[in-house]
Amino acid sequence: MSCAPAPDAPGDFPIRVRGLKNAFGDFVVHEHLDLDVRRGEILGVVGGSGTGKSVLMRSIIGLQIPDEGKIEVLGSAITDARDDDDIDIRCRWGILFQGGALFSTLTVAENVEVPLREFYPEIDDQLRHEIARYKVLLSGLPADATGKFPSELSGGMRKRAGLARALALDPELLFLDEPTAGLDPIGAAAFDQLILSLQQTLGLTVFLITHDLDTLYEICDRVAVIADKRVIAVGTIPELLATDHPWIQEYFNGPRGRAAQNAQERNAELLHEAAALAQDHTVAPAHGQA
Amino acid sequence: MRATADFTTEPGADGGLTLTFSGPLLVSSVGGVDHRLRAVSEAVTAIDLGQIGRIDTVGAWTAWSLSQRLGAPIVNASTDAQRLIEAVSGSDSNTDRIEAPRLPLFERVAANVGDFVIGSGKGTLTVFGFLGQIILATGNLLRHPGRFRGNALFHQMELIGVNALSIIGLMSFLVGIVIAQQGAVQLRQFGAEILTVNLVGRITLRELGILMTAIMVAGRSGSAFAAQLGTMKLTEEIDAMRTIGVSPIEALVIPRLLATMLMMPLLGVFGAAMGIIGGAFVSSLTLGIPFVAFLARIPEVVPLYDVWVGLIKGPVFGLIVATAGCFQGLQVKADAEEVGTRTTAAVVLAIFMVIVLDAFFAVFFTEVGWG
Repeated sequence: MSCAPAPDAPGDFPIRVRGLKNAFGDFVVHEHLDLDVRRGEILGVVGGSGTGKSVLMRSIIGLQIPDEGKIEVLGSAITDARDDDDIDIRCRWGILFQGGALFSTLTVAENVEVPLREFYPEIDDQLRHEIARYKVLLSGLPADATGKFPSELSGGMRKRAGLARALALDPELLFLDEPTAGLDPIGAAAFDQLILSLQQTLGLTVFLITHDLDTLYEICDRVAVIADKRVIAVGTIPELLATDHPWIQEYFNGPRGRAAQNAQERNAELLHEAAALAQDHTVAPAHGQA
Repeated sequence: MRATADFTTEPGADGGLTLTFSGPLLVSSVGGVDHRLRAVSEAVTAIDLGQIGRIDTVGAWTAWSLSQRLGAPIVNASTDAQRLIEAVSGSDSNTDRIEAPRLPLFERVAANVGDFVIGSGKGTLTVFGFLGQIILATGNLLRHPGRFRGNALFHQMELIGVNALSIIGLMSFLVGIVIAQQGAVQLRQFGAEILTVNLVGRITLRELGILMTAIMVAGRSGSAFAAQLGTMKLTEEIDAMRTIGVSPIEALVIPRLLATMLMMPLLGVFGAAMGIIGGAFVSSLTLGIPFVAFLARIPEVVPLYDVWVGLIKGPVFGLIVATAGCFQGLQVKADAEEVGTRTTAAVVLAIFMVIVLDAFFAVFFTEVGWG
């Protein structure tokens, strides 16, 4: 399996999409779609159902061949690849599919080992087992889940196992397709925090498709909105709120959007208060001494 | 060329041994150095990460697990390295591999035999349960004919019958050629080449036409039923049907069963006809029996009950093939692999049962005087 090592000086835009057009028969999904993803950011991608968020992701990772346009991922032109094996950056990205897409005949640990085995056959069995194990633990699953088969896991655990497999090669670029869909609110919030902490620790660039407004407010650095067959706006949420596109306004100012916004503000206030309290406590003894 | 990691052990400033890593500590570079690291047994007092380039979690894990094993602290780690080591060290130090539970060989053999026996017993019960469901559903449909799914029936008839015409026709034609040609070689020794007509006519109408068709339908349609229904089980389509009040037996199984039972005799007669044409074709070429004369002689030498034998066997074989396919499909529970094994089981079971019953029919019809 060919795999190009990461260059020492990576570019600033791991993903560049220019003039993308995707059509299924007469039905045009994307036209003149441009998108840049910055290194080290979490980019949320939102859009109504059927606006082609997943199709955009599939185009970027080379599963869907676009009708027109140019896509560059980590400096490699995906749209020029004629074959899966032409894409030599596959060891530098990780992908979490919507349902987890775990291999059903392999255990969780074996699932995580598949990419390691494919790309780095020289790694010893022992080290590969250890890597699989800490990746599974890192993705928030208990250790005894490593020996389980996907059919024995719940939906949320399957997503975590899928995340462990996506992280198997320490990728620079992580694609997440609706990671929190179908999770309970507590599980979804925990998953958000997991992604955020992994992103900060490992310095990942994350391309995240979601419908979850809480996810957008909590962890996304910027949000790209897909509508009218292209990306109509990219920016932080306050920047998006300043635009007057009706869909964006309805999306973020609808009842759910408001609720998510309030929740985020409340969290920020609580954090602020907690920080203030902590400061009082550290300062108080100093006063006492004086 | 990929950069590789390396290490050296040298006496450090404090007199103890220092293990110094060099080169990038990445998933792509530690593979070659790992087994050498595991062989290190000297009393190392420090692990120096000061000279590494980039590091990822695999490198951090390698360094951290080494430091745990040797009891040596990590020194000169960059902030990146410290952060990554922090992240992986949340993992417990128990590195035993957790396998899917697996019994030792001796017990496993015994357990497999036991599972097989219990499974066979349960399987037999489930088959009876399934047949009972089919009878119940048939009764329901007879009482409420409006619920019968005509469209599904015709769609299945097209898939099972019309779409199979070309392959069954070609196969029977070739079988007819082989029987006529090989039969003629043997019959020539008695000067009875003209009996080739009897041979081809009777064997195709009575036995081979329907048997070969049943095998082909089992391979084409029985397997398709098992795979379709199995996949529908996995995607919860069948569960969804039941919650909406649609009986999967009525909606999926009965149309397939009925379509197969209706199409089998038709395909069997078609196959027999193509076999006779194949025989006539080769006879006209090698035996000097004119094509038309061969065909004209068929009704004179083949008793009518041979046609009935073929026609009676048709629906029975169809029932077996379709039941095996649908039954195995609906038994799928776990994963994609099971769809495969169930499909195999459906085809093997169907062909086996068809041949067993064919032997039974052969004896039966001879005993009742249709020999």
